Amino acid sequence: MNSEAIKYLRLSGLEPLQIGPDSNFVNIGERTNVTGSRKFARLIREGNYADALEVAKDQVEGGAQILDVNMDEGLLDGKEAMVTFLNLIASEPDIARIPIMIDSSKWEIIEAGLQVVQGKSIVNSISLKEGEAVFKHQAKLIKRYGAAMVVMAFDEDGQADTYQRRIDICKRSYDILVNEINFPPQDIIFDPNIFPVATGMEEHSKNAVDFFNATKWIRTNLPHANVSGGVSNVSFSFRGNIAVREAMHSAFLFHAIKKGMNMGIVNPTMLEIYDEIDPDLLKLVEDVLFNRNDDATERLLDFAETIKDQKKDKSEAVLEWRNQDLQSRITHSLVKGIDAFIIEDVEEARQAVDKPIRVIEGHLMIGMNVVGDLFGSGKMFLPQVVKSARVMKKAVAYLQPFIEAEKDGKQEFAGKILMATVKGDVHDIGKNIVSVVLGCNNYEIVDLGVMVPPERIIETAIKEKVDIIGLSGLITPSLDEMVYVSKELERNNLDVPLIIGGATTSKAHTAVKIAPQYKHTVVHINDASRAVTVVGDLLNENNKAYKAQIREEYEKFSEKFMGRKREKKYRNLEDARSRKFKIDWDSTQITKPKSLGIQVLEDFDLNILQDYIDWSPFFRSWDLHGKYPDILTDEVVGEQATELFKDAKVLLQKVLDEKLLKAKAIFGLFPANTVNDDDIEVRLQDKKEKDTTFTFLSLRQQLEKRDGVPNFALADFIAPKEKGIQDYMGAFCVTTGFGTQELAEQFESDNDDYNSIMIKAIADRLAEAFAEYLHKEVRTTHWGYAKDENLSNTELIKEAYKGIRPAPGYPACPDHLEKVTIWKLLEVEERIGVSLTESLAMWPSASVSGYYFGNKEAKYFGLGKILDDQLKDYAQRRKITEQDARKWLNPNLADS
Amino acid sequence: MSSIEDILKDRILVLDGAMGTMLQAYKFTEEDYRGERFKDYPSSLKGNNDLLSLTQPQAIADIHRKYFEAGADIVETNTFSATTIAMADYDMEFLVDELNEESARLAKEVALEFTKKEPHKPRFVAGSIGPTNKTASLSPDVNKPEYRAITFEELRVAYKQQVEGLIRGGVDILLVETVFDTLNAKAALFAIEEVKEEQSLSIPVMVSGTITDASGRTLSGQTVEAFLTSISHIPLLSVGFNCALGADQLFPYLKRLAHETDVYTSAHPNAGLPNAFGEYDQSAKEMQSQIEEYLSNNLINIIGGCCGTSPEHIRAIANVAKKFKPRNCKTLSTPTEY
Repeated sequence: MNSEAIKYLRLSGLEPLQIGPDSNFVNIGERTNVTGSRKFARLIREGNYADALEVAKDQVEGGAQILDVNMDEGLLDGKEAMVTFLNLIASEPDIARIPIMIDSSKWEIIEAGLQVVQGKSIVNSISLKEGEAVFKHQAKLIKRYGAAMVVMAFDEDGQADTYQRRIDICKRSYDILVNEINFPPQDIIFDPNIFPVATGMEEHSKNAVDFFNATKWIRTNLPHANVSGGVSNVSFSFRGNIAVREAMHSAFLFHAIKKGMNMGIVNPTMLEIYDEIDPDLLKLVEDVLFNRNDDATERLLDFAETIKDQKKDKSEAVLEWRNQDLQSRITHSLVKGIDAFIIEDVEEARQAVDKPIRVIEGHLMIGMNVVGDLFGSGKMFLPQVVKSARVMKKAVAYLQPFIEAEKDGKQEFAGKILMATVKGDVHDIGKNIVSVVLGCNNYEIVDLGVMVPPERIIETAIKEKVDIIGLSGLITPSLDEMVYVSKELERNNLDVPLIIGGATTSKAHTAVKIAPQYKHTVVHINDASRAVTVVGDLLNENNKAYKAQIREEYEKFSEKFMGRKREKKYRNLEDARSRKFKIDWDSTQITKPKSLGIQVLEDFDLNILQDYIDWSPFFRSWDLHGKYPDILTDEVVGEQATELFKDAKVLLQKVLDEKLLKAKAIFGLFPANTVNDDDIEVRLQDKKEKDTTFTFLSLRQQLEKRDGVPNFALADFIAPKEKGIQDYMGAFCVTTGFGTQELAEQFESDNDDYNSIMIKAIADRLAEAFAEYLHKEVRTTHWGYAKDENLSNTELIKEAYKGIRPAPGYPACPDHLEKVTIWKLLEVEERIGVSLTESLAMWPSASVSGYYFGNKEAKYFGLGKILDDQLKDYAQRRKITEQDARKWLNPNLADS
Repeated sequence: MSSIEDILKDRILVLDGAMGTMLQAYKFTEEDYRGERFKDYPSSLKGNNDLLSLTQPQAIADIHRKYFEAGADIVETNTFSATTIAMADYDMEFLVDELNEESARLAKEVALEFTKKEPHKPRFVAGSIGPTNKTASLSPDVNKPEYRAITFEELRVAYKQQVEGLIRGGVDILLVETVFDTLNAKAALFAIEEVKEEQSLSIPVMVSGTITDASGRTLSGQTVEAFLTSISHIPLLSVGFNCALGADQLFPYLKRLAHETDVYTSAHPNAGLPNAFGEYDQSAKEMQSQIEEYLSNNLINIIGGCCGTSPEHIRAIANVAKKFKPRNCKTLSTPTEY
């Protein structure tokens, strides 16, 4: 083995850390140590691990490369505390990123720690204190657990306190480890004891210089071994005199590093910059450290008296960033979304400028520009930006009265943007996110809310002289409404760029259907994060090229799309019907529902729904893409997702505790049979046992598929009447939306857009959870065809159950008019208060409605495009004009 | 017979392909799984593939044989889940000793049969040590992040029992594979070190991790380099990756690994990514050309296949592996016993 070759000390958390001759001094975070931090000790004693984790996180954010964790305290079960805390750290990728230093004087705590860290950590520490046998045993196990270790200069006779004892013990330890245990020398870190100097006692005067020399000796004579130590010990005799202590720490470190100390436990807030130490003080400190003259200690003590109390003790947790200049503090608050200090900082800024508006134009905009830059370059994520916006709003709200008092306050905005959810649609989460993001980038937002008729959009656009119009919508009829709005813009000779967004919108639809209607710019934006750049480019003074480029891009896209579309082939309706999905009705199992008829659930307990929530779509609504729970640990968005999730849980808990939302449901199970291929006849018995018949119309796939693959319609899942077999189906509507609007408005009036959006997103999730829950109850109890079903939430989300609950407006039945039938059949509005808008969106919007099909062969499918023959057939069955039918089914027409 | 360390200096060794995929073709029924011996066993046994070493030994031996015929130098024992932890699913913890010993013996028998026929190409058996179905550094409960379903100590005990069984059965190598949680692997390595010390024996150890998705990390969140650092404290014959990804997707991570480590490298990727029906449909030829990329980039010492691969894939891989020189390690250190 060539001992001259470089051997790196390699450590790991989730990421590797390599320490070698070319590495800088490695800083070990020391605040997560109950013996060193009173605050941390208190948090652990109180079992407040959440805040204790924050301490760890601060350390990592503050630049710690290794995290020292110590739970040695008499009143604690140190082993349990160590295991719990390290397990919690493992679930925080931000912290778990760096290697852990398992710090304890008790072997059982060290071993417990070693058993829960997946990375290569450092044990701190073992020594020859209890003799060679114990030392060897522990070293062997540490190697087997895969850790490096700190070896204290300590033997059977006690701690090394002279140069000679230091090097003797380290040499002896090294030889045992390397020669007898085969411990990799690069995994050994010596701690040759940093002891206080200037204590007034003669025997302590050489403590620092002995450490320096021992360090140098170790690094020269014990190949590959490292040197570390706890720096704050050196200044122990100056407790309370921060200035002197800081100077001593940095001077000590400066020289120790020169001698070869390559890592150490250092509190960065207790460290002066070496070059900034008062030269008089520095000379006295260095005289003491190097024991240069007999009266060095006395002279330092005298000097210390003169500067005592000049500095406040900031050792206990004054946030370091609060010491920065005003602009940096404001920027920090905005970037980090911290609202605790913004009012005091803004007030300080206000007093420093001649007009309050200057604070917005200056301090706040500088900060928001940083946010904008970080966001634009992908270094910030949407939930963070929304939090920034919340801080910004709070600051502006504080300044508003001052600005009005001045009477000259007219805020300078980068542009004015009209935002609206189109007529017939009530979904506004996406629109609100875009509004907040743009608002936060200094655009003035004119938000017309939901269900906005075209006339109002046009009228407002002209009156307010807006620079851009943004349209949003979630349900499919909104697509046509957007086409209509664009026509109206053209007819009214507007020239304002139009931005299209929302879940069902697409670049294809925008390019093919909307853009051709309006001579001026039309752009589709698929997520809020793109809004800022697109708006910025559109409002740029030299925007002609950009606009032309968009126009060209969309035209090309449209051509390409139309070209591709023509390639698809369809079957005529008759042919498609002959290829229907065939269930063997003679052998298939049909279960008669245990309770036929309609039931209502009033004031349902929301707590029950918690477990049924599918969180993945929640993150999607915030433009965070990924599957829950994996998204929480995603490399790119994990941090934001976790934070968002935490906030969502807090608000959800509040909703549950204070019963802020009201959940109601109605559902019915009925005798049913398919008639004329695609229609389903449902019989409702009234109290006098008189039958009323309702008919659901299903639509059939017409895309030409290979032989043997059926063309589905929902009607295929119900037994045809002519078979003479009685079959059944159900219909339902659930809502958790009552109360959402009030809460959202309340948050908005508190300038809390973040929670205003959050409550809607949560209500949506609860509604879906309610639908999931009710479906399960129907399957297992009310209908009872799957009595023995026992599925986890994940399996429910994966739709592993028997039977389906398709909803009108979704791929299997895009026809929104089916909702009208459901509403009539169940008397939804009369009984639970959920109504339909003119575009047939449900209000409150956190509602879900649909049908139940119970056959085990029933499955979800997408209708796809249909031909004119089915459109005509449908219009006749629906008893509406072909023109009306075309309007409702437009997105699914193959030839339009 | 030359030792595996010696052979690795000369040529690339070929590992076998999937066991599960091959077993699927037999379409074994519950009765087949039970065999005569467990016909009245109270719990359902279908799906307990490791049990087939006892109830359908002929099928297992045949599969080993097919892989050797296809050109594999090493086959893995049918013991991926043969720990008390994984066997608890079938209430068969008591069988663990027998499962490991018998599976090892079965594979070794077939290996000797081939070595005898082709002494110039000795065949080896690697004892497959799977990750178990529990994770030691992740909580299965989102609301209780500090909770663990399994401890290091429980894993160490279970792995030790498995390792002892495999060694009794005569394996040549121990293969800690499909590592999705490094802490589980560390427990296995700890157990191996204990057994080696107690029995004063030296047996080569291979470790193969799993990069679960495009983030390029293990399930427990470690990067390639962090994973490597965390398992490098005991002498290893090789480190590598298997499962989860196809050869194509694995390439960048293998490249990083090969660059970082000075022990031999291994890879046994899946036959591409599963299609919409969960089936692996990458052809042997396609996989061969992707593996050729590894070889021409000098990344590999041991190569084989995981989910979805068949003797046909291994034959294709073996054919192309012949044409290339093995990866040259920075310091070709044959692992020394500390």
